[in-house]
Amino acid sequence: MKDKPTVLYDVPGPRARRRNLLWTLLFLVGLAAVVWWVVASLADKNQLEWSKWAPFFTDPRVWETYILPALKNTVIAAALAMVIALPLGALLGILRLSDHRAVRGAAGTVVEFFRAIPVLILMLFANAAYSEFTDISPDTRPLYAVVTGLVLYNASVLAEVVRAGILALPAGQTDAAKAIGMRKGQIMLYVLLPQAVTAMLPALVSQLVVIVKDTALGGAMLGFSELLASVRPMSANYGANTIACFTVVAVIFVILNFALTTFASWLERRLRRGKKSTGAVVGAGAVEDLATPGEHPDTR
Amino acid sequence: MFDFLQGYDLLGAFWVTVQLTVYSAIGSLVWGTLLAAMRVSPVPLMRGFGTVYVNIVRNIPLTVIIVFTSLGLFQTLGVTLGAERFTTINFRLAVLGLTAYTSAFVCEALRSGINTVPLGQVEAARAIGLSFPQILRLIVLPQAFRSVVGPLANVLIALTKNTTVAAAIGVAEAALLMREMIENEAQLILISAIFAAGFLCLTLPTGLFLGWVAKKVAVKR
Repeated sequence: MKDKPTVLYDVPGPRARRRNLLWTLLFLVGLAAVVWWVVASLADKNQLEWSKWAPFFTDPRVWETYILPALKNTVIAAALAMVIALPLGALLGILRLSDHRAVRGAAGTVVEFFRAIPVLILMLFANAAYSEFTDISPDTRPLYAVVTGLVLYNASVLAEVVRAGILALPAGQTDAAKAIGMRKGQIMLYVLLPQAVTAMLPALVSQLVVIVKDTALGGAMLGFSELLASVRPMSANYGANTIACFTVVAVIFVILNFALTTFASWLERRLRRGKKSTGAVVGAGAVEDLATPGEHPDTR
Repeated sequence: MFDFLQGYDLLGAFWVTVQLTVYSAIGSLVWGTLLAAMRVSPVPLMRGFGTVYVNIVRNIPLTVIIVFTSLGLFQTLGVTLGAERFTTINFRLAVLGLTAYTSAFVCEALRSGINTVPLGQVEAARAIGLSFPQILRLIVLPQAFRSVVGPLANVLIALTKNTTVAAAIGVAEAALLMREMIENEAQLILISAIFAAGFLCLTLPTGLFLGWVAKKVAVKR
């Protein structure tokens, strides 16, 4: 996806420059009106008072009691989900490429099923199932439920990523492996999978962004004490500073996810440039399309 | 076996899910197209605004946005979006949140579609003296839309699944009813199967149909 802004319009001459300036001014006025409205309504409800924002800058206890433990839970849930979902997804992805129609069909059904259902439904089911069929203590149950829901959904998305990664490899790799007498399992294990994992690294990292974002569902619906859930106790303790709390939580999410996204696209550029790889790359943008049910063109 | 369904408005809940999807889809298609137009426009300030909006909104969890519309916009700032009853206010807030979030993805899909329009098309349009808005409206966007039906269908399916997040602010859609039923009835597996089937019925045909449309309307090059 390269930018080509100069294609859609000429290099501006004097008239175009004046027109652009006019549009800039108009847009600025509109933007200023919106900002003014936001600031005015914030000030009207006393949300701009320094005392509501100060704790985040001056009081380390806000961070120690609320934000950092919550951030830790968010990261733990996301990391656990990724670590469990990846091998499961790899297995499903490989089964989907099996030579046996029954295996292929079964794996395909599982993958399509879990991609077609909202994560929240999976989490609600896991939560209720754990409370009914196991004796996991109610304190840790939300974590189990969140991770289970995330694993079920993301394993099936990652299965598609793995499949796309393997299919993106040049056919010569399989041919060469066959020529030196490798068996199917060996080809997959020693030739295709190692290269596919490298090729799909950018997609994996950007799937991590999706996982991090979905942990917030557990906070809102299952009582999992992650970042979003820390807003209520925080604003109750620091004088109803709801807006300030939301701003801080949102900023943390944006920083975390922006770092991951940037890392993913850096990886992608590096892999595309690399001399050692086969040139097969499953880009960071591919996961959005692979995340929904239906047949997919294998890579972009 | 299905006696426990008495007293629950299953179809009503899924109807709310459909309504959330349709309204948010229309909203985010409009706002997403505007954002995409801003991101390719010759005015640097608009380009900057589009980029910043998309990068911020895409990285915030939808749940945070939806809960913010209720706790922040409604309960703290008193935004009611012209509604008086609680259920209507929450519904409209959920549509607002879903639209704000989804339009970032619509914008990105559309922008990648704009990049597939061949150079010659725009050059020819400029050569006959069309202005930038005209080029966008008459030449680029019609072709871009046709080539991104597939990606937009994926965004729509993701949106359908994302409407469940509205349960977090008490909109009476499918996920909220599912939680209520799980709490009150001892039929966990059956209830979950029903709701899973409901979502399969919503997402799979959408995907198949729009996949067919995508093939049908794609610009052959």
